[in-house]
Amino acid sequence: MIEHHLPILLIAIPLMAAPCCVLIHSRRLTQLLALLVCWLCFGISVWLMTKVMHEGAVTYNLGGWEAPYGIVYVVDYLSAFVMLFVSALAAIVLTYSPTSVQAEIPESKQYLFYATYLLCLTGLLGICITGDLFNVFVFLEISSLSTYALISLGRTRRAPLAAFQYLIMGTIGATFILIGIGLLYQMTGTLNMADMAEQLEAVRAVDGETWAGSRTMLVAFAFMTVGLSIKMAVFPLHSWLPNAYTYAPSVVTCFIAATATKVSVYVFIRVVYEIFTPTFAFNILPLDSALMAFSLIGIFVASLAAIYQTNIKRLLAYSSIAQIGYMLLGISMANTAGLTAGIVHMFNHALIKGGLFMVVGCLILRLGSAKLEDLRGAGKTMPWTSFAWVLGGLGLIGVPLTAGFVSKWLLLTAAIDSQHWWVATLMLLSSLLALVYVWRVVETLYFAEPSERAAAAKEAPPLMLVTTYLVVGASIVFGIWTEFSAGVAFETAQHLLGVTQ
Amino acid sequence: MTPEMMIQLGMGLPLLAMALVGLMGSRPNIREACTLVTSSILFYVTCNLATLVFSGQRPEWNLGEMIPGFEIAFRVEPLGMLFALVASGLWILTTIYAIGYMRGHHEKHQTRFFACFAIAIFAAMAAAFSANLFTLFVAYEAMTISTYPLVTHHGDLKARNGGRVYLGILLSTSVAFFMLAIAWTWSVCGTLDFREGGILGLAHAEGKISDTQLGVLLGLFAFGIGKAALMPFHRWLPAAMVAPTPVSALLHAVAVVKVGVFTVLKVSVYIFGIDLMSQTGISDWLCYVAGATILLASLVAMTKDNLKARLAYSTVSQLAYITLGAALATDVSVIGGGMHIAMHAVGKITLFFCAGAIYVAAHKTDISDMRGLGRAMPLTFGAFFIASLSIIGVPPGGGAWSKWLLALGTVESGKLALMAALMISSLLNIAYLMPIPIRGFMTPPGEKPKSFKEAPMMCVVPLCITAIGSVALFFVAEQIYEWLLPITWEG
Repeated sequence: MIEHHLPILLIAIPLMAAPCCVLIHSRRLTQLLALLVCWLCFGISVWLMTKVMHEGAVTYNLGGWEAPYGIVYVVDYLSAFVMLFVSALAAIVLTYSPTSVQAEIPESKQYLFYATYLLCLTGLLGICITGDLFNVFVFLEISSLSTYALISLGRTRRAPLAAFQYLIMGTIGATFILIGIGLLYQMTGTLNMADMAEQLEAVRAVDGETWAGSRTMLVAFAFMTVGLSIKMAVFPLHSWLPNAYTYAPSVVTCFIAATATKVSVYVFIRVVYEIFTPTFAFNILPLDSALMAFSLIGIFVASLAAIYQTNIKRLLAYSSIAQIGYMLLGISMANTAGLTAGIVHMFNHALIKGGLFMVVGCLILRLGSAKLEDLRGAGKTMPWTSFAWVLGGLGLIGVPLTAGFVSKWLLLTAAIDSQHWWVATLMLLSSLLALVYVWRVVETLYFAEPSERAAAAKEAPPLMLVTTYLVVGASIVFGIWTEFSAGVAFETAQHLLGVTQ
Repeated sequence: MTPEMMIQLGMGLPLLAMALVGLMGSRPNIREACTLVTSSILFYVTCNLATLVFSGQRPEWNLGEMIPGFEIAFRVEPLGMLFALVASGLWILTTIYAIGYMRGHHEKHQTRFFACFAIAIFAAMAAAFSANLFTLFVAYEAMTISTYPLVTHHGDLKARNGGRVYLGILLSTSVAFFMLAIAWTWSVCGTLDFREGGILGLAHAEGKISDTQLGVLLGLFAFGIGKAALMPFHRWLPAAMVAPTPVSALLHAVAVVKVGVFTVLKVSVYIFGIDLMSQTGISDWLCYVAGATILLASLVAMTKDNLKARLAYSTVSQLAYITLGAALATDVSVIGGGMHIAMHAVGKITLFFCAGAIYVAAHKTDISDMRGLGRAMPLTFGAFFIASLSIIGVPPGGGAWSKWLLALGTVESGKLALMAALMISSLLNIAYLMPIPIRGFMTPPGEKPKSFKEAPMMCVVPLCITAIGSVALFFVAEQIYEWLLPITWEG
C-alpha cells in the first residue's frame, strides 16, 4: 500500500517537515528531524531507482486524477537518476554540516537553516518528479526562494547582497520560464508534459526541413531556453553564480553547487528533448550550434577566470560555470553518445564539486578564511583535508580512474564520432586550464610556508572528514565502476532520443 | 599458477606492497622488508610469466569494461614482457639502493616515498601488460600522477617548480595530443586492441584515413607520449631531477621514460603496423625529429656540469634512439629499439646509482668537483666506467648490440644521414661520459690524498650488480633478439 504512494511521499515528507522544523525551533531536534528526512528521501530515491531499472517508468496520479486532467508524477530513468544523486548529496551534506553550521550560522537562526534546507530539497526533488510543466515552475520557485534565503544566511554582510543579486537574476529567469509555459498552455490547452509534446507535434506541422509552425511556439521556446539558461548559469548569463557560491555558508554552497544547477540542466533536457523535440530545437532552430558556441566560450572564459581567483570558493564557482559548459556540450550534440556524456557529467560533477566544496568547508572551519593566502601550507597541519582536495581536484581535471575522466572520455569520443573536431580539441585544451587552477591550490596547500592561520590549525573533525571522503571516494569509485552511472545515462539518452525518432 | 593469475599477481603485488608500506609506516625495518619481499616475489612471478611468453604463449586477462565500450584488458606479448622483466628486476635493486640512500641521507616522508614508488611500479606493470590503448592510457596517466609526489619529495620551492614542469608537460601532452589520438584511432578503427600487424592498415586500405591524416595521427602519438621525451617536449625530464636519486634512477631512467618509448613502440608495431609505416613513409619525418633529438640532447648534455642534469639529457638522447627504431619501421630497427629499452635501462640506472652514491658519500653534485674522487670511491667510479661503455655502445657493454641493430635499420631503410647521426652521437657520448671516471681516477687529488670512503653498502652493492648486468647483457643479447623476434611477425 505505502509502496504505491512513495513518489508523493518523496515530496510530501520534506515539505511537511520544513514547517515542523520552524515549530519545533530547538536546534538539536530540527537537526535530527532534517537529517532523518533527508536520509529517508534518499532511501525512497534508491527504491524508486531500482524500481525504474527493473520495471520501467513509474507514474503516480495525484488524488487519483488521470493525466492530462490531474497532476501526474513520473519517475523515469532520467528523473530517478537526478533525484538519486540530489537526495544522496542532500543527505550526506546535512550529515557533514553540524559543526560547520554551528561555526557559520547564528544559533538563533539554525532552525531556519534546516527548514529552508528541507524546502530547497523539496523543490529540487519536485522539479524532477513532476510530469506537469506548471508544477515544474512551482517547485522551481520553491527551490529558488529557499536558496535565496539559504544564501543570505552567510555570515558576511555581502551574503544578503549576493542573495539579492541572485534573486533578481533568478526571478527574471523564472518569469521567462513562466511566460514560456503560459504561451505553451495557451497553444495546447494542457500542462501535462507528455500531453503537451503530443499537442505540439500537431502544431509543429513541419514541412520537410522548413518551419511552417506557429510563431507562438518560437517565442515560447526562446523564453524557456533563456530562462533556463539563467538558472543553469550558462555563460553569459552566469553573473549571479560566483557571488552566490562565495558568500553563502559553506554547507549551503556544498548543497546548491552539487545539485541546483544540475536540476536546471535536467529541466532543460526535459523541455528541449521531450516537449519541443530535438528536431525542432536542433534541426529547425540552430540551438545546437548556439549552445556549443556559448558552452565553449563559457568553458574558456570561466576556467581562465578561475585561474586568477584568490578566494577558493570563488575559484570553484567559476569552475562550476565551466563544467556546466561540458554538460551542455554533450546535450547540444543531439546524439546518444553526446547526451550520455552530458547526463553522466551531471552526476559526476555533482560528486566532484560537492566533494571539493566539502573540502573547502573543512578548510574554512579550521582556518576561518577562504583566501588562498590563508590556505598556504595547510597541507602540513590538515593532511587529510588537503589530500581530499587533491583527489577531488584530479577528478575535476579528468585524470583516469576518476569520475571526471569518464565524462571527459565519453564527451571526447562523442565529439569525434560526430565529427566535431574543433569541439574535441578545444574541450581537451580547456581541461588543461582545470589543471592550472586545481594545482594552484595544491601548490598553495603543500609547497608554501604555512600562514599564521594554517600553522595554528588542526585537522577537521572526524565526521566532516568521513563524509567528505565518502563523496570524494564516490567520485573515484564511479570513475572505475561506471556500469551504473554510464549505464543509466545511456538508457536515458536512448529513451529521450528514441521517443522522438 | 595459471598464466592469468601471474598477470593478476604482477599488478597485485605492487599494490600489496603499497598497502603494506602504508600500514608499516612507523616501523621502517619491517616496511622496507615488505617492499623487498614483494618485489622479489614479483620478479619471480614475472620470470615465470616470461618463460611462458617467450615460448610463444600470449596469456590474457580481461578485467571488464571500465567505460561502456572500453575495457581494461591485459595481454602479454614479448615487448611488454621484456619491459616488465626489466622494471620488476630493477625494482628490487632500487629498493635496496633506496634504503641505503634515503637513510644515509636522512630523508623525510620515507613511507610516502616507498608507497608512491610501489604505485609507480604497479602502473608500469599495467602498462607493460596492457592489451589495448585504453588500458595503456589509464596506466600511463596513473604513472604520471603517482610519480609527482616523488619528484616533489623535498617539498621546497625548487621541488615545486620542478614538479610544475613535470606535471605540466606530461599531463598537457597526454591530454591534448595522446588522448585525442586514441579517440581518433578508435573512431577510425572501431577498436583499440593491440594486434599483430597493426589495426590502422585495414582502415587505411578501406580509405577511412588518408596518408596525410596518418602522418598527423602519428605526430599526435609521438608528441602526445610526452614520456618518450621527444624534443621539444623533453623539458620535464631534466626538471624531474629535483627528485631523490633513487627516483631518478628507477623512474627517470627506467620505469617512467621507458613506459614512454615502450608506448611509442607498441603504437607503431601494434596500432600502425611496421608495414603500413614503411610503405606509406608516414614516419620519415619522425626519424629526423628523433635524429635531431639524439644529437641536440647529446650536445646539451656536454654543457651540463651537474651530473644528474647531464645524465638526464643523456637519457633524452638515448630515448630518441628507441623512438628512431620505431620510426625507421624495419624489423631490425624495431627489435633494436626494444632491446635498447633493456640495455639502456640497466646502463643508465647504474650511472644514476653512482651519481647518488657520490652524493651520499661525498656530497658532490658537480662534475668539476669530482676530481680525484675515484680514488676514494673506486667501486662506484669503476661501475660508472663500465656502464658508460654500455651507453656509448662499445663492447663489452650491452648497448653495443642494440645500437648496432639500429644502425643496421638506418642502412636498410637507406637513411644514411641518420646513420651518421648515430655515429656522431656515440662520439658525443664518449665526450660527455668518459671525462667523469677519467677525472675521478686519473687526475691526482688536488690538495690532500683522499681516504677510501665509499657510500653505504646498501648503495654500492646494487650499483655493482647493475654494472655487471650491463656487461652480462652483451652476452645474452642474442637471446633477447630471439625473444623479441615475434613482434615483427604478421598477425
